[in-house]
Formats: sequence, structure tokens, C-alpha cells
Amino acid sequence: MSRTLEVKVLRQADPHSGSHWETFDVAYEAGMNVTTVMQRIAANPVTADHRDTTPVAYDACCLEEVCGACTMVINDRVRQACSALVDTLLADGAGVIEVRPMTKFPVIRDLVVDRSPMFQSLKRVKAWVRVDGYYDLGSGPRVTRQEQEEAYPLSRCMSCGCCVEACPQFNDHSAFIGPATISQAVLFNSHPTGKVDRDDRLAVLSGVGGIVDCGNSQNCVKVCPKDIPLTDSIAKAGRDTTTYKIRQWFGR
Amino acid sequence: MAKQHVVVIGGGLAGLAVTMRLAEAGIHVYLVSMVPVKRSHSVCAQGGINSVNELTRQQGDNEWLHLDDTVYGGDFLQHQPPVKEMCDWGPRVIHLLDRLGVPFNRTPEGFLDQRRFGGTMFKRTAFAGATTGQQLIYALDEQVRRWEADGLVEKFEYWEFLGPIVDESGHCRGAVVQDMFSMKIRSLAGDALVLATGGCGLIYGRSTMSMICTGGAAGRAFKSGVHYANGEFIQVHPTAIPGTDKLRLMSESARGEGGRVWVPAKPQDTRDPLSIPSDERYYFLEERYPKYGNLVPRDIATREIFDVCVNQGLSVERGALCVYLDVTELSPETHKKLEGILEIYEKFQGVDPRQVPMKIFPAVHYSMGGLWVDYERDGNTGGLVEGSVRNHHSNVPGIFVIGEADYQYHGGNRLGANSLLSCIFTGLFVAPTLENWLKSLPKGGAEDQPVSLFDGAVAVHQSDMDVLIRNQGDENPYKLHEELGELMTRCVTVVRINKELQDCVDKIGEFQERYGRISIADKGEWTNQNFSFTRALGDMLTMARVIAKGALQRDECRGAHFKPEFLIPAPESDEPAELRRQAQTWCDAFKVKNEKWLKSTIAKYTPSGPELSYADVDTSLIPPRPRTYGLKGAEIIEETWRNMTAGGTGDRGGDAVVAPASAS
Ligand code: SF4
Ligand code: SF4
Ligand code: FES
Repeated sequence: MSRTLEVKVLRQADPHSGSHWETFDVAYEAGMNVTTVMQRIAANPVTADHRDTTPVAYDACCLEEVCGACTMVINDRVRQACSALVDTLLADGAGVIEVRPMTKFPVIRDLVVDRSPMFQSLKRVKAWVRVDGYYDLGSGPRVTRQEQEEAYPLSRCMSCGCCVEACPQFNDHSAFIGPATISQAVLFNSHPTGKVDRDDRLAVLSGVGGIVDCGNSQNCVKVCPKDIPLTDSIAKAGRDTTTYKIRQWFGR
Repeated sequence: MAKQHVVVIGGGLAGLAVTMRLAEAGIHVYLVSMVPVKRSHSVCAQGGINSVNELTRQQGDNEWLHLDDTVYGGDFLQHQPPVKEMCDWGPRVIHLLDRLGVPFNRTPEGFLDQRRFGGTMFKRTAFAGATTGQQLIYALDEQVRRWEADGLVEKFEYWEFLGPIVDESGHCRGAVVQDMFSMKIRSLAGDALVLATGGCGLIYGRSTMSMICTGGAAGRAFKSGVHYANGEFIQVHPTAIPGTDKLRLMSESARGEGGRVWVPAKPQDTRDPLSIPSDERYYFLEERYPKYGNLVPRDIATREIFDVCVNQGLSVERGALCVYLDVTELSPETHKKLEGILEIYEKFQGVDPRQVPMKIFPAVHYSMGGLWVDYERDGNTGGLVEGSVRNHHSNVPGIFVIGEADYQYHGGNRLGANSLLSCIFTGLFVAPTLENWLKSLPKGGAEDQPVSLFDGAVAVHQSDMDVLIRNQGDENPYKLHEELGELMTRCVTVVRINKELQDCVDKIGEFQERYGRISIADKGEWTNQNFSFTRALGDMLTMARVIAKGALQRDECRGAHFKPEFLIPAPESDEPAELRRQAQTWCDAFKVKNEKWLKSTIAKYTPSGPELSYADVDTSLIPPRPRTYGLKGAEIIEETWRNMTAGGTGDRGGDAVVAPASAS
């Protein structure tokens, strides 16, 4: 017998409209994820009470949890739709699948939100290695295995937004730069060439919306799909900004 | 004089590489991408990036051998000068990435670690965990962000390319693009247009490619007159994890690090795989290809897995096709190197591949073919003339193509870990070409062209949109796409048969008629993904026809294009004289086949379907030779072929054959 899933989606036509729930009945398929659910709705955009509607707008790209596009709140947890397997959601006890957009970014339409602030803040902390140029100047600096093993996990941040969604300090009323960006600043400050811009990064992290805004609630690290040690990064950034301020105090 | 601009479409590795190089040269770039560039499909590349390195060099490797592996693996369908240039650039590309902070894996002493990939004997592949593509694109994304902060790059993210703007003289003057949120259509004036728009896997429904890899941009360029070459050469990756929305890649690095492919020798053996003793397992790649083992080139591994499942009925699962890819015997340290891909398996299959052999099956993965581009050969080096305005220039003046979207580097079959190299290399290498192109343009750049040119182009796309969105009919775009995917997967992947291909071409024609009756559920003008997808479906149908027709007409086996009807029978006699005679017959047939088919397929758009023609391939550096991986009588064939061609320098005569002193 074919099973049907009850799927609730919080819809919003555009940035200025209000939102409302719509419910869909979607035929269950073994191994399906929430992205597949959205695709099936698109192919047959009819609500559970048989009203024609429009396909749900959603973001998706890689479908293997490596691009960060498809972040949304599924059954009250922020995560990637592509790696949210229906079987797991059902096993977790929820009879329905409830999907809504992230709350920390402006909604464009339905589940699509504007995460460009995350990319803007990467500019503020100069999240890059300032090399002399792109001509061949030989190999890069020697890096030990241990250093690589510390850098690689931080470098896997896909700007998905889960951490800021979960962070109580990141909201409309605060200028907090957020855990992902802090962690990127730490990553580039630890790079042998990247650290030439260290003080510029620390200046941003010491300023308004910087590290002091973190309330240390540790929500971020719990939701990061890439298991990035965000609270370690935050602690490190805290120490570094302290010494930075002391150095500033003594005028160097 | 008006300011000059370059419009780059696509922000994957190739698009980002050219953007940062242009910005460095002080040239202003509009960078257009359907997704924030950091989310481009390049993130999905897992295994690594190839280059000759200090270690392999001391084991006898050099750039010439990288070239040789690449063209041999590609069954000699590539023009050799661009490939030579790419291989020569390999070490430079790695150096640059290393300086940009890519966290490549390290040896205990702190040097770059390398692994071995398919189709070579050397450990040429540098890697960053098992998410190399992600790490490389992040490094380039960061550099481009730096230039964006400096005002040299203006990004248009969540914007879609609708087509080039071509003036009356046939010159490209920019692009028409659409905001995917507001659906507003506008023009971007550009003195050069660079297409770095990747592959077209969505034509096959599910593949290893991302949702944006529709081939839509290529289709739009094709319709505007850019030629498309070697469309029928589609790589089917041997190892992917079947899924409802996508066939997720299981990187070749799993085999590069020692993973083994096998099936139980007994059909549908229901025992727990780990309890099956090794003498009751069939390690078919190792047995059939003792030299390369599990690391045979991809087209071969794919055909063998297909053969074992489909023809020999040895699939490990009843009712589904799959074989075991086994990494359970590898050390925890090796598992750590493969963490990224093992995690994907675990996450999507719910099974720990460190404990239980993975179940995998081939999936459409890469388009070797692509938009046609030119090059200028350097008679001294055998490579390319750096900065020549012919390099990567399509047949439409002002349109350049790089990355997976062009056709130049991989011939009939791409070697693993050569794609990241070709993407970054082409991006970097085309930059001086673009600089020279901009310098060569007469006064009065794109911005000085009449407004009517730009407004006219926008109006065409606006009216196309209005027509499509209001179209009435009974066809559902998603269902039609599903049918197209099934058709293409059945007819134009691993094994190709003319009767089926003809059927496929006819069906695509029918699909195009049905497309005329398509109906879009969402008629709105705000973030209408339904519409964007449907428009791309039209392009997919156009390109599907190019692929299928190319496959139908090419009556031979070459690389990924396998047509058993035209397989030259392998020598098989046990009697030496007879074997020799059979080998001679084989080589004669091979020579005839090459004379006819060692050609690039060039497709030209016409409203009634693609027109195909065939162009010679530049094999002036390394004479084509039979690709004999695993063939019975390989040695005798090779020997016979050597004797037949002794003294010769290949099919195209001996102009400037450059064999470096260090070549072995
Ligand atoms: S630890 Fe800081 S950054 Fe993380 S969730 Fe808490 S307040 Fe936000
Ligand atoms: S730190 Fe983790 S949760 Fe935050 S954006 Fe990066 S990957 Fe996402
Ligand atoms: S689609 Fe890329 S993370 Fe889900």
C-alpha cells in the first residue's frame, strides 16, 4: 500500500506579504529527502484540500550537503533539506513534516531567504589570503600536518546559516557578526600568509557587533552540519582580541 | 572612451579563476551566477587535482607523460596543443592554490600529499580531504570577494543568463540576464562574454551534477550561433550512490586510496558481504585489468560494472543494479583522508561504509563535449601561444568559453582529477587572451553601442517569457523532464545501439512538440522557479538532440562512446601465426576507423534540429595508438601497431613534433 506524507509548508508570496501554512499530501518514496518532497510538490502543486497552488520556492543546488544552499527549518530544527531524510524525520517521532524558512534573514519567497549579509561580513573580516598576485611565485608556505588538520575543518564552512539561525545573539536588534564569520577570521589569522591582515580582523572582532556580543550559549556548534568547532574558534578569537586590545593600549 | 567590461557567466572554478585574474589586471568584471558563487557545482568535486610534482618527477614522471596519459585516456580525441599547455601549467596551478591557502593534505614533513587516480601510474593528485573541489572554490571565491571589495568585480548572484547580445556584424556586445528574484530582465554591456557555465547533467534527469547543471546557458549560446562540439561524449562515472533526487558521487579517491570493487561470485548471494570469503568474491576489475586494477580509466570501469550487473546478473541486490565498493579493509588513517565522502554515504544511506561495503552503480557525471572554441598553437613548444586572441574564442567574435562548458581538454573520456585542473587552468589562461582582445577592439566599446541594440535584445527575451508563462496546454514540465531523463539514460549512456539512438532522436523530436503544449502552474512574476526550470527544459531538449544525434552518427567505439555493433573483434587465437594475422587485421581496421572517426563532431544550430559536421583533430604531438586496456592480445596489437607506424609521426604528419629530452 502506498503511504502518504503530510507536509506543511510556511508560504510567503514575497518580502512584503504575510505568511500562511499550506498542507500537502505527498506520496512516500523510500530514501526520499525533503528536497525530493519539494520537487514532487512542484510537479503537482495541489494542496491536501485539493486547491491548486503554486510550486513552493526553495533553494537547492548540490543535493549532497556541501553547497549550503538548501538550509531551512524542518520540524523545528535548522538544517539542510537535501540531507533531511524523510525516514529519519519520521523515525524521530514526527508524524508530519513541517518546513519553514530561516528566521534570521529576509524572506524572498517561501523558503528562499537572502543570506547576503553573511557574505558581506566575510568582506569585513577580510576572509582571504592577501597574496602578491597570481603569477607563479613558487609553492606556498610549508604547513605541518597538524596545522592542516586544524585549518581544514574551519575551511569547510559553507555559509549555510544554520549557526546564525540558532544563535540567540544574532537578530534584528544586534549588529553581531555571528559565529561563522568569527570562525573564518580565526582561520585566516592562523594562515602563515593570511595573518598579515590579522590586526584588521581583530579590530573588527573587537568593535561593535564583535566578539563581546557572543553570549556563549553554544547553540551554534550544536547545529553546524559540518561539525565546525565554532566555540573553540570563538574562544580563540576572544583571547586574540584581548591581546590585540592590550597591544593597542600600549600603542603598538 | 567608454570603460571596458568583461561579462563572466558562471562562478564555479573556471569563472572565478578568470575573474580574479582579470581584476588583478585592472579589468572590470560583471560576474553572473544563478547561485551565490560559493555554492557552484565545483563544490561537488571530491578527489583532487592532477599535476606533475617533485616526487613523481623523480620517479620518471614529467609533463609530457601527463599529456600522454590524458590523450591516451581520452582516446586521442583532444587537440593536443591545449592539453599540452594545461599539463605544463599543472605545477603552476598547484603552487598558486597552495599560496591562496587551500588546506591541501600534508605529508608528515609538511609537503603536499598526493594520491593516485585512474589512468596513470603516478601519484599526481593533490587533495584536500575528500572535498577538494569545495576547498579550491572557496579559495578562489575569497580572492574574488577581495576584488569585489575593491570595486573591480560586480557580482550578479541569483541572476540567470538568457543569451548573448550579438550585433549586426556578428560581434558579441554583452549578455541579457534576468534577476531570479524580481524576474526583471536587463542587459549587461560587455566587450567580451565568457561562458563558464559547466555541464549539462540534468538532461539525464538524475546525475551526479547539481540542480543548476541544466546546460541551459550552453543551449542559449548554441541557439545564438555558437557551435557545440563532441556532445555525444558524456562521462558516466563508475561509482555513484543511487538516490531519489540525485546520484551522489562516490569519488575515485575511494579506489585511489585502496578501495576495491567486487561482487559475490555466486549470483545474488544473500550472505552478509563481510562473511563471504575472499575466494568466493569476484574482484572483476583486478582480474580483468591486472595492470591498473581498480584504477582503470572511468569509461572502462563503468562498462565493466554495467556488464557484471546487466549481462552477468551478478548485481549484489535483487531488483536493483549495484556492486560493492569496499573500503572496510583500509586503515583508520585512510578512512580519515576519505572522511568527506564516507560521511556523504553514511548520511544519505544510513550505513557506515567503514564497517559495511558500499553499494554503488555508474551515473552520468561530466560532459567532455561542450561549446566549440579555437586555439593558437605554438610551433616551438607544441603548446599554445599565451595571450593569443584565438584561445578559447568561440566562432562568435567576443564569446569565449572555459571550464567544463568548453570541449577542448578531455576528448573521448576524462581522467579523474583532470577536471579541476582544466577548469582553473582555462580560467587563468584565458585572462591574457581577454586583455589582448579588449586592446584589439576599435574605439567605442560595448557601452557605446546604440541603446536599441540592448533594448531590442531585452525585448526579445521579455516577449519569449511572456509567451511561455501564458502558454496553455496539458504538458507538465517536471513530468516531461523525467521522461527525457529516462530516455537519455536508457539510450545514450554506457552501451549505445543505433536502433535505440534513432528511436531516442525521434522521441526527443516528439518531446519538443509536447513542449509546445507546456503549462506552467505559476504565472506570477516574482521568484518564479517554475518558469525558470521550464525555460531551461526547452534548452535541455535542444541539447539532448545534439547529444543523441552525435551518438547516432558516430559509428565507432571511442572513450565513453561505446557501440558494440562497431567493436573491432579482439585477436583471440592461441596459435601465434594466426594471432599475429588477427592482430594485423585488428590494426588495419583500427587505422580505417581512425581515418573516418578521429574527428571532432561539430554541431550547428538550425531551427529544424542540429546539423553535424566533422573536423580533424590535431594529434601532432603524440601519434594515436590503440587503447588496449585489458584487451586480449594487447601486446601483439601494440607491437603490430608500432611496426605499422614505425618512422611515422602520427596521422597528421610531422610538423613540429616536440618530444622533450626528458620524455621516456
Ligand atoms: S556561542 Fe555565541 S555565537 Fe554561538 S550561538 Fe551562542 S551566542 Fe551565538
Ligand atoms: S559554521 Fe557551520 S553552521 Fe555556520 S555557516 Fe558555516 S557550515 Fe553553516
Ligand atoms: S543542496 Fe547543497 S547543501 Fe543541500
